[in-house]
Amino acid sequence: MASVSEILIAFFIVCGGLFGLVGSFGLIKLRESMQRLHGPTKATTLGIGCVLIASMLYALLVKDTVSFHELLITLFLFLTAPITANFVAKTYIIRNIKEDDLPGSQSEYGWSVYDDPPPTKGE
Amino acid sequence: MITAALLFAFACFGVGLLMCLWRMLVGTDSADRILALDTMVINVIALLVLYGILKGTAIYFEAAMLVAMVGFVSTVAYCRFVLRGDIIE
Amino acid sequence: MISRLIPHPLLSITLTLVWLGLVNKVTPGNLLLGAIFGLVVPMITAPYWPDQPTLRRPLVVVRYILVALSDIVVANVQVALMIAFKPNANFKSRWITVPLELTSPEAITVLAGTITMTPGTLSAMLSADASSILVHCLHTEDPEGEVANIKQRYERPLKEIFE
Repeated sequence: MASVSEILIAFFIVCGGLFGLVGSFGLIKLRESMQRLHGPTKATTLGIGCVLIASMLYALLVKDTVSFHELLITLFLFLTAPITANFVAKTYIIRNIKEDDLPGSQSEYGWSVYDDPPPTKGE
Repeated sequence: MITAALLFAFACFGVGLLMCLWRMLVGTDSADRILALDTMVINVIALLVLYGILKGTAIYFEAAMLVAMVGFVSTVAYCRFVLRGDIIE
Repeated sequence: MISRLIPHPLLSITLTLVWLGLVNKVTPGNLLLGAIFGLVVPMITAPYWPDQPTLRRPLVVVRYILVALSDIVVANVQVALMIAFKPNANFKSRWITVPLELTSPEAITVLAGTITMTPGTLSAMLSADASSILVHCLHTEDPEGEVANIKQRYERPLKEIFE
């Protein structure tokens, strides 16, 4: 009964589920907040990518229609995941980490959370 | 076969949601809670897409898209609130 | 004249494609509507986009995207295996500083995004004068190797593309 296309779609769905599960599992397993940030930004994004690929394949192979608006969600998530991670990291750093605990910035100005930018390049 | 795979994935993302919920309740820091909320949003998007496959309709994509956008904006707003104590300056 | 009418050609093309993606059907009518959006939206929002990023060498762009995508998949599998099976005590997480040669804001944004999406690294912060970037590694034995890898693999093509 199971054709190649069904196996392919099922494979992507299962992959997506596993990646999503591992990403969320990282949240409760890892000990430090900064480590926890790694799980959701990577595993979960790929998990959702797999699910969306499966959805596109399902429309293409099973329902015989072309569907590509899944690409929009994938693109949107790939663009926003780093921004979210960056914001959460900054939130964590500003509340919990002292400047001395971080490595130096190797320039005359410190990290942007603690130090003001040079006056000429003001934004 | 696809239905079985879908049920498996539902279970995965459902358990993932529970894990995020636990992290959100335990926390230890606001950043953790924000991160847990963001992960919950991503899991919900995946659940919506999977439900769309199960029902064979494209209607849930608009919902998933909207959840993705609103989730991103809310995460940024939370972070900004914690960072600056204010959202709109 | 052309530059007044189409201030951002790339943005126009992207908007048209996004519109086609939203309606999920390619018909002449949708294409026309998308093209109208692609023309009107950049014109209206032109004051908010004062300078235009220049993209050189489209081949390098394509290669960069392919390298980044394959790295993302490999990295995700690695990180997932690490999270699932590695005991917590074995994680050697640490901060590293990557000095930047890039100067344009767009290039730095793309680099930061790529670092976050690829193997076990996460960009957290820029220095105040944007001359170096703070990266958190989930697990690394060799910090200098990571820095060299980032500079060689991602920064160099970006420098070719944007500068």
